[in-house]
Order: sequence, then structure tokens, then C-alpha cells
Amino acid sequence: MSLNDPAPVELVGGSVAIGGRPVLRGIDLEVPAGQFLALMGANGSGKSTLVRALIGLRPLTTGRLTLFGTPIDRFQDWSRIGFVPQRGGATSGVPASVWELVASGRLNHRRLFRPLSRVDRAAIADALEVVGLADRAGDGVATLSGGQQQRVLIARALAGEPELFFLDEPNAGVDLANQISLATSLGRLKDRGATIVLVAHELGPLAALVDRAVVMRDGRVAYDGAPLADHAVHGGAYGDAHTHHHHASHHEHDHVPVVRSPLEGPR
Amino acid sequence: MTFWELFQYPFMQRALIAAAFTGFAAPAVGTYLVQRRLSLMGDGIGHVAVTGVALGLLAQAGVLGGLVTGISPTWTAVVVSVLGAVIIEAIRSRGHTNGDVALALLFYGGLAGGVLLSGLGGESSARLQEYLFGSITTISIADVIVTMVLATVVLVIGVGLSPQLFAVAQDQEFARVTGLRVGFYNVLVAVLAAVSVSVAMRTVGLLLVSALMVVPVATSQQLTRSFRSTLIAAMVLGAAASIGGLVLSAYLSFHATVAPGPTIVLLSLTGFAVTWPVGAWIRRRARLREPFPAIPPPDHEPTEHAHQHGKDCGHTAVPHGDHVDYVHDGHRHAEHGAHYDEH
Repeated sequence: MSLNDPAPVELVGGSVAIGGRPVLRGIDLEVPAGQFLALMGANGSGKSTLVRALIGLRPLTTGRLTLFGTPIDRFQDWSRIGFVPQRGGATSGVPASVWELVASGRLNHRRLFRPLSRVDRAAIADALEVVGLADRAGDGVATLSGGQQQRVLIARALAGEPELFFLDEPNAGVDLANQISLATSLGRLKDRGATIVLVAHELGPLAALVDRAVVMRDGRVAYDGAPLADHAVHGGAYGDAHTHHHHASHHEHDHVPVVRSPLEGPR
Repeated sequence: MTFWELFQYPFMQRALIAAAFTGFAAPAVGTYLVQRRLSLMGDGIGHVAVTGVALGLLAQAGVLGGLVTGISPTWTAVVVSVLGAVIIEAIRSRGHTNGDVALALLFYGGLAGGVLLSGLGGESSARLQEYLFGSITTISIADVIVTMVLATVVLVIGVGLSPQLFAVAQDQEFARVTGLRVGFYNVLVAVLAAVSVSVAMRTVGLLLVSALMVVPVATSQQLTRSFRSTLIAAMVLGAAASIGGLVLSAYLSFHATVAPGPTIVLLSLTGFAVTWPVGAWIRRRARLREPFPAIPPPDHEPTEHAHQHGKDCGHTAVPHGDHVDYVHDGHRHAEHGAHYDEH
């Protein structure tokens, strides 16, 4: 990759409003290729909203966002992007096998009405191998533990062989053993040269991988620089000043106050 | 006339063809509705389609003027239910719930509108009832052809685009980041559901149509682990129930008045009732045999134990790290040389 290649993510003056209320204000963020960036902050600080804005799930009200040098509204090259949402999306009303869920991450390489090619199958097998679930490929996703489901979602993103990963709280509610194997999987990705943007409340075993930390507070960037320890993020200047972070959830707030009827959404 | 002679009659052959196509197509869409936890959407569309049928009956009676005469209720039902399905989808995608209130509004509006309109046209309730509860044995050749064409369209899209439809129904946001046009696929599923409702209308009737879309899916997922096998098994079960129900009702009609529509639905439900205990047993078994976390016991605690555990001793054997624990009256016993340890 030459020095002239545009950065994978470049956001200038980005703002996001939800339900008419400004949530993110004036965010500047450039993520160079190969960087492991941790987006941190308390609950309600806007870190998840920011990552959703970066992949186009939330429209920007102002500002300019480019992915690999292409403005987001003209961006078509989705096979370069991998997204790992919070674990909620792993199960649905019908059983699905681990392999099927991971295979759905390969859709950005497939044409309509065409079967999977040999290359597709190899990519799916490789993704399962990286997260250490190759032996569970035929099992139903619903029979897996929370941490294993999270790894399935990572494998799904991995199957598309992207260069840029976005992960939304991958270690929330995951036990330590699974957090460690998660860190191992992400370490392999990093070694392959992937650019990673990770949203996390606490880093835990992932801390060793982080190159740069961005701490959000109330919808604005409060810190951008070298990695911070978990207690530095949630104590002092960036967290809720007078509480320890384990109690911070008492101060959780909604960006959009609940003033709506059952038929209307938050948009 | 004997039971077997019945199959020589054209009306019975038409009914069998319609039942087979409907039985395959309805669960093909139903699987995606169940996956989205929108099992009642078929019902909502069915109620809206009542208004469509009533409009068609009005048109046939010439009440709407010369402009639209000759349009069969099937086509007006297709148009109105597609419209209803798109409205339901629009409300669902904007709202933060599954849109159950929106479904309810359309339920009642559609049903009331249909009954009111058919009254205006002076139609007898018997005519509307054909559509509400099905009348597969009075189906015309033209209707059979329409059923075959529409069911084939539903099958080709529902099976052919299954990777895309699966991904969108599983996780919309992920699908969007994969570059799929999520809005398009959502509307496509809604339209497919509306079309299969109109197709199944003559077989089981609008008020029972959702059963043919949902019950085979509920039955098949008792025993399946993957989406693909759920979809295929649901289609086979749907076809088996509709053909079997039709034949069964024909057989029973020598002894009593048995309508095909309810017979098909009840046969399908019987399939679920038989399968569910098996599924519950398999899930319980799988739960009990799930490996214990590979955490060593706090200390070495031998147990007095005369019983010799083994493959066929009847106690559940659960993997625990590098060995096997036998579950024994709330204890976990692991072999350790000549004795067993408490784990």
C-alpha cells in the first residue's frame, strides 16, 4: 500500500442528529490503514452512534465522511468493509447453522441466483478457523454461548475478507475465557494488516492490541491519542466525574427522550 | 361412486394441483416471516385481502361500472393485498416495534371493509365465505393456471434469492453494510407474502391462510438446526398437509360434511403436535450433554462409590475439559484411578 492511498476512514466536522436532537457534534476522525483504534466512553457517550455513522447506518447532518477516499453516499465497495454488530442479531425466529450465518457475510462477493464458488467456501472455512469455531460449523447458532455467538458474528464479517473492520462492543457480557479468544482472533486480523475500529466500554484482554484510543463524552471527542487504561477512560476527565465506572450506568441517558407514539420510530 | 373414482373427476384433479402448488409456495415465504418474528403478517394481509375480494365481486356484479367488469376476485385480492403488505412493511420499518399495532389496524379495516362492500353489492354471504374459508373443489381452470403461475414465481424468488432474503431477515443492519438493498428485499418479502396469501385463498381461505405459511415452519424447526433444512422441510410439510388434507376431506365427505380448508389446517397442526414433544426431548438431551466449563474442581474430593460408570450405565456423560463427568443425583463424578472424584 503506497503512502498516497486515501485513509480508510476520514470524517471531517461530522454531526449526527437522532429524532431532530443533535447527538454527535463536530467530530474529526481519520483512521490510517493498519491502525487498531478503540472508541471508548461511558454509556450514552455516542461511541456506538459514531461507529454506525461511519458505516452509513446513521446519516450525517453535517460534515464530510469518506471511506477509502470515496464519499459515503457514493461508496459501493462494501466488500472492503466488515461490520460486527452487538450480539443481538445472532439469532432469529428460525434456526440457522453457524456455517449459514458466516456464509451470509460472503454475499458482497456473490451474484444473484449463483451458488457459492470454491473461493467463497474457502473464505468461509478460513473465517471459522480464525475464530476457532470450525468444529461447530453445523451446529445451530442458538445452541452456542454468548461469547461463541459473538465470535460467529466476527467470522461472518471476516468471510467477506474486508480490509476495514468495525466492531460494536464485542466483549460486552462475554466471560474472560471468551474475551481472551476474541483478543486472539482480533490479533490475527491485525497481523494480516486489517484496519480495526472497535467500540468498547472496557478493553480487558484487548488492551494489548490497541494503537490509539478515542474517548467520547456526551457526543464529542474528549481524548484522542495513545491507548489509555480502562480506569483512566471512566474516571477523572472523561467519565462521570463523581462516580466509579461500575456505577456509571445509573447516569445512563437516552439521546432521544421518549416523546412518541407506538407507531413512530426514533427517526 | 367410490373414493378412488373421485380422482377421475376434473374438479378433484384441479383441486389437487392447486393444493400442491399452494402447499409448496406458502411455507417458502412463511419461513422468512417467522424468521422476522412476523408470523401474524400473513393474517394481516389475509384480512386486507377480504376487501380486495369484495371489490372483485362488486366488479363482477357490474356495480363498479363497465370499466372493471370481468376482473376476477383473485386479481383484485392480489392488488389490494400487495398494497396492504407494502403499507404494513412501511409502518414496520419506520416504527421501533414489530408493527403489531399497524397490523391490528389493517386487520380490522380490511375485514370490515370487505364485509361492508360485499353487502353493498348484494352478494350473498355464501359467496364471500368461499374466499374466507376456501373452496378448493370449485376452483376453475383459469384459477388453477393463475395459482400455478403465482406459486411458481413465489417459489423461484423465495428459494433462488434465499441467501439474500436470509441475510436481510437475520440482521438488517449487517445486510445493509454488506451492500444489500435492504429496503428492496423487505418490500419483496411483503409482496411475496401478499401473493401467496392470494394464492392460498382458494385452498384454505383468507382466515386460515396464515396457518399454511407458519405451521409447517413451526413444525420443521422442531427437528432442524439449519435455515436451509427448515425451509425445505417446511415446504415438503406444507405440500403434504395440503394434499393430504384435501384427500382426507374427500374421503371423509362420504360420511359427513367435511370442508377441505379446515382439514388441511388441522392436519398441519397435528403434524406440529406430533413433532413438538420429539423436538422438546431432543433439545433437553442436547442441553444436558453440553460440556461443562473446563474449570478444574477446587480440590481433590474422592467419593465412596460402588457403582461402575460406563457408556451404558444410564447416567448422562458430559465432557468436562479433558475427561468425562457422570451426572449422578445432582453430583458430577469423574473417574480417578480406582475411585471417583466429586467435580
